[in-house]
Amino acid sequence: MATQVVPKRAAKASGAVSGRRRRFGDLRVALVFLFPAALGFTVFYLWPTLRGFYLSLTEFSLLGDAEFVGLANFERLIGDPLFWNSLRVTVLYVVINIGVQTVVALALAVLMHRLTTSVTIRGLVLLPYLVANVVVALVWFWMLDYQLGVVNQILDWIGLGRISFFGSETWAIPTIALVNVWRHMGYTALLIFAGLQMIPKYVYEASAIDGASEWRMFWSVTLPLLRPIMALVLILSVIGSFQIFDTVAVTTSGGPVDATRVIYFYIFELAFERFDFGYAAAISVVLFLILGGVAIAQLRMLRAGESDLS
Amino acid sequence: MRRTRVRIAAGAVAVPLVVAACGGGGGGDASADGEITYWLWDANQLPAYEACADAFHESGTDVRVTIEQYGWEDYWDQVTTSLVGGTAPDVFTNHLSRYPQFAAEDQLLAIGEYVERDGIDTSIYHDGLAELWVGQDGQRYGLPKDWDTVAVFYNEEMLADAGLTPEDMAELDWNPDDGGSYEEVIAKLTVDENGNRGDEPDFDPDNVDVYGIGLNSAGEGFGQTEWSMYAFSNGWTHTDQNPWGSEFNYDDPAFVETIDWWRGLIEKGYMPSFEMADAGVSMMEQYGAGNYAMVTEGSWNVSAYVDLEGVDTGLAPTPVGPEGERASMFNGLADSIWAGTDEPEAAWEWVKFLASPECQDIVAEHAVVFPAIEESTERAVDAFAEKDIDIAPFTVHVDEETTYLAPVTDEWAEVSAIMGPTMDSIVSFSSDTDALTEANEQVNALFE
Repeated sequence: MATQVVPKRAAKASGAVSGRRRRFGDLRVALVFLFPAALGFTVFYLWPTLRGFYLSLTEFSLLGDAEFVGLANFERLIGDPLFWNSLRVTVLYVVINIGVQTVVALALAVLMHRLTTSVTIRGLVLLPYLVANVVVALVWFWMLDYQLGVVNQILDWIGLGRISFFGSETWAIPTIALVNVWRHMGYTALLIFAGLQMIPKYVYEASAIDGASEWRMFWSVTLPLLRPIMALVLILSVIGSFQIFDTVAVTTSGGPVDATRVIYFYIFELAFERFDFGYAAAISVVLFLILGGVAIAQLRMLRAGESDLS
Repeated sequence: MRRTRVRIAAGAVAVPLVVAACGGGGGGDASADGEITYWLWDANQLPAYEACADAFHESGTDVRVTIEQYGWEDYWDQVTTSLVGGTAPDVFTNHLSRYPQFAAEDQLLAIGEYVERDGIDTSIYHDGLAELWVGQDGQRYGLPKDWDTVAVFYNEEMLADAGLTPEDMAELDWNPDDGGSYEEVIAKLTVDENGNRGDEPDFDPDNVDVYGIGLNSAGEGFGQTEWSMYAFSNGWTHTDQNPWGSEFNYDDPAFVETIDWWRGLIEKGYMPSFEMADAGVSMMEQYGAGNYAMVTEGSWNVSAYVDLEGVDTGLAPTPVGPEGERASMFNGLADSIWAGTDEPEAAWEWVKFLASPECQDIVAEHAVVFPAIEESTERAVDAFAEKDIDIAPFTVHVDEETTYLAPVTDEWAEVSAIMGPTMDSIVSFSSDTDALTEANEQVNALFE
């Protein structure tokens, strides 16, 4: 709709004043409005990114001067088992985190959409998201403690036996992934819920007249019409999920052994604890390329630009 | 004073505690003036150093000190980023495993000239402490402020229940084959869910209620409170020479058999598994909750353990090893000056005061750590005694000369990056102690 309004007004204006001058007039105002954001973007994103690319070609200890070494860091990366391990661990995290989170959030959103109009319940769903990441991580860390944690006390009491959630190599990544599902599912559900609001009621009425069950409506009406929103949600949440760092930093610090040494934590360790900034920058560059590829692939596959409604 | 992976809320949520230590005085005849910032990580020691700063301000100097404290987990990230950003504190508490890197990057002010100019007598400190802070380049980067050793902390009530006395605890011996009387005590202190003790035939190692000894972490390549006291008493040291060793001994049979014995306690049910202990609440909290009957810990944690509610803690020295002596790591901190400080003279005035008997006596009175100056240590012993804590199990190592200096080398961060996962995987039984051979090769390759 909005795209139709602008040409109309421009056409009207061109009758009185020269269209060309008018356009340049807009440009000047536009630049004024764009300037603060562009400045912030350049100072805080563009320049650091370019410098990061440059540093990936250097040996840099953070405190001394950077020394140009060409592609040596990238060669090292190919032969570094810890890099490949961190990539594997991160992908495992993303798969569990996004897989579970999307299904749960979709279910929550549909339930909110079809069953309740209570603002309180909708608000409650968002509650975990309002708590800081680190606090969520620490609360779960204590609740899931092997010997003193309340979750393990209950598991022990009902006879299932205790589980070392953060301490075993098998459980650590699924645990961290699910803790973050708990925190983010409400937020994701709200995004999807907003998408559900955009589906016109008459489609449901029509399918109800045709005798479709609630289950059938979900598969044949809701899900197809939700696709653009789901694409957006998936892209945002997958990229966010790849950036897993804080939960690991305050709970397992990459351990036990290397089980939770996710890629961002590995980069952090290399840069700020081992002062290997050049190599850390090289890994960041590779991660940048991977995430760019993931985003493009998702946009293509999910045809995020189109909707079946129009 | 290394604490491996103590993950506490205070550490995670960085709230700098800024204490503007203002006092009277001023207008004295001291040559330096200016305002400087001082950082430390131990909240327990903050009151002692605030008191030092007050005394410093009253001493007639024109220097004004502001103290800031950050938890251990944040401290080194803060120091690193502030060094890079050019906003580092003028003076900060430094650690042996960190300073070689900072010195190599020209971030620390060499204070040898100042020490000489002002005629500081470094012989007043305990033997070896002052030398630790002279870098490979022959320059001095700090004056000693304190020292620490390791001892056994036990739950007095559990000890009595096991039919043992504090006297038994004072005369324990250890060897890597059967663990000696030390392991017998650990076994007796272990109780399974049916009330059987670890040395009884019906003991069930899979259902343990109270573990004889706690587990803090796998110890990375440092093992200060985890395994170093056993390994030292078995004739082992981390490196070929110390400080500035360049060849590590993690593949030495004396070390391998020590670690085999140590992790063997897990299989016997005397020590919690790595999976249980490594993640989650700290060893101290587990001990406080009555899950562990004893732990091996550093002297810096004495007050924290003694203050635990509902548990009476006794102290015992580390056991006598196969070499016929006890052993403990001997670690010491120092205060370093940032090379980029605007006020080198003022910073030096403060460092000099921190390393002086006047300040170290004040620290001693607070009974939190042992000052580096021998005479001040004696005051600390008295101050601890007033709190009903007999700290002889820590000082015995100094008296009997059974201290082993903490390893000081370049590349410590890289050594930890290799040894951390290796020790984790050994103690969690994911790999065998054979893994130490390859890890040691990797570590030694760092120095080639």
